[in-house]
Amino acid sequence: MTAPADPTKIRGETILDVDNVVKHFPITQGVLFKRKIGAVKAVDGVSFDLRRGETLGIVGESGCGKSTLARLLMRLERPTAGRATLAGRDLFAASGGELRRIRRNMQMVMQDPYTSLNPRMTVGDIIGEPFEIHPEAAPKGSRQQRVQELLDVVGLNPEHINRYPHQFSGGQRQRIGIARALALRPEVIVCDEPVSALDVSIQAQVINLLEELQDEFGLSYIFIAHDLSVVRHISDRIAVMYLGRIVEIGTEEQIYERATHPYTQALLSAAPLPDPEARDRRDIIRLTGDVPSPADPPSGCHFRTRCWKAQEICALEDPRAVPRAADPHPSACHFAALRE
Amino acid sequence: MPTPTSPPTPASPTPPGEHLLEVRDLHIEFRTGEGVAKVINGVSYHLDPGETLAVLGESGSGKSVTAQAIMGILDTPPAHIRSGQICYQGRDLLELPEEQRRQVRGKEIAMIFQDALSALNPVFPVGWQIGETLRQRLGMSRADARRRAVQLMELVQIPGAASRLDDYPHQFSGGMRQRVMIAMALAMEPKVLIADEPTTALDVTVQAQIMDLLADLRRDLNMALILITHDLGVVADVADRIAVMYAGRIVEHADVRSLYRAPAHPYTKGLLESIPRLDQRGGKLSTIRGLPPNLMRIPSGCPFHPRCPYVQQVCVDVVPHDLVLGDGRTSACHFAQEVHDDRAG
Repeated sequence: MTAPADPTKIRGETILDVDNVVKHFPITQGVLFKRKIGAVKAVDGVSFDLRRGETLGIVGESGCGKSTLARLLMRLERPTAGRATLAGRDLFAASGGELRRIRRNMQMVMQDPYTSLNPRMTVGDIIGEPFEIHPEAAPKGSRQQRVQELLDVVGLNPEHINRYPHQFSGGQRQRIGIARALALRPEVIVCDEPVSALDVSIQAQVINLLEELQDEFGLSYIFIAHDLSVVRHISDRIAVMYLGRIVEIGTEEQIYERATHPYTQALLSAAPLPDPEARDRRDIIRLTGDVPSPADPPSGCHFRTRCWKAQEICALEDPRAVPRAADPHPSACHFAALRE
Repeated sequence: MPTPTSPPTPASPTPPGEHLLEVRDLHIEFRTGEGVAKVINGVSYHLDPGETLAVLGESGSGKSVTAQAIMGILDTPPAHIRSGQICYQGRDLLELPEEQRRQVRGKEIAMIFQDALSALNPVFPVGWQIGETLRQRLGMSRADARRRAVQLMELVQIPGAASRLDDYPHQFSGGMRQRVMIAMALAMEPKVLIADEPTTALDVTVQAQIMDLLADLRRDLNMALILITHDLGVVADVADRIAVMYAGRIVEHADVRSLYRAPAHPYTKGLLESIPRLDQRGGKLSTIRGLPPNLMRIPSGCPFHPRCPYVQQVCVDVVPHDLVLGDGRTSACHFAQEVHDDRAG
């Protein structure tokens, strides 16, 4: 699989290639004779690629489709349209043994460390459960040892293998979730808001752990979060989503220093800065109103209803995410420009 | 900027030397089946008209419990207020009978919560819910309460207020629901508004709108605002003063600019250094080692000592008192001056 020429592509071979993926959830009416009366366009044509050893951050506000995208990639949802390949294998067409092999290569870390671990299973059983489904990953006799190794890798005491989730704090539980994701030695890990449920002092520990593991095992991450500072810290490239679409994608530096899409600019300007001295200097772009319903997105550019640059063309023509004159990274805006 | 020692409070009914609201040496414990959790261990802070005090802390630090004690909405049992005073305009609220306490709650001190959806009643229209307070407390007629509800919804900038009066909470977005909550809290024109994580459940762009609204309302209505949060960014944007809580104590208390410039408690310093910054891409984040303490077994001496990089023997043996630093700020650390100079120097 060769990636098309694009100035944002800097290094590495592509491991995950996502092409125009769409997920529409039907809205039905009636009990017996369900009629489809509309669709929630949760993910509406998303394309990107992920390279080996890279972290791709995905940011956006609630309802922008970032978690649905994660579920699609994990094959927890079926896409309405689109293609994706993981290490050359077709992700959405696979079934049976092929699907199992693909899943072994791509694991997920969930947001909530309280509900994503079964309270009736010991930590050893939770981390070892992937071996039940993929017995070839670790021979039966070696499993306990492998689980203890994993506990050690994520910074937990290997002797705590027989403890239950409630005996651990939130940060430790998230480490258990990470150990479970690592069990099958995947190449790609999808992290869906992995630190947003954690306290500030614990958040940094988990972020550092994720970075260390990436260096040690050469992992590729898709890192979904709403916290722009965390995403900047951990990501090599960042995709900004709004109402089911990627509006801008580029390197960490391109997005945070040279954003050209008005939504990205507004999002960055609204993020609170831990610096009271900056209070008076900051120029916050105040967006009016709320995100429109994904069941009935605006015509043309989805952002135009809240955009201060909106013109007639924005309602008529859907801006494509292509490199723009203002800066050579893809931005889906007719009037893409650097902020003054 | 008011300093903790000399409050400039002109045009307030508070006698000189008194604050609008003052919490003094509050001790609260939770008596549970598994033991006694010491949730609040000697918290003192005060508030003057028109100012914004941020109470910053992680989960379990006691920031919300203090606020619930001020409002008188703590569940007792399991909570038990062991000692302390909560003085509002010179009267100790903890001494008042429930009947008089009700006169303060909502009317003088109001509170908004993190999760607006569960704080609103799903089966009544929002206009009815805003008006409920007015009918019950002021004996307004239904028509008058409706009219006032529209005014309140306009005050919190809900577009098309009159037409949305009969809508139900689920028909509002998260940001609009939080505005409805604020409108309800403002119905009795309170002098103190306690906002407990008001924007934590909201998106970044909506969060900015709500924080702006709170700042405008505070200025226009000359309210005092207690902002309870875990977010160092939100604090930096709006607060005048900040009280940092850890294990049921205020470990550092300062005006917001000097605290961010040079924290004087190792915990505050650790927090500030462990957050990733939007305006810079750093390498490895510095962390605070270990975990917050179990409140049933708080460490001896300084509760932060097992996690502290400055720890000495004295920290294990002696509970540090509030050390007053030059510029009227306090830090409950034996080495406050050293920590402070570390950053500044």
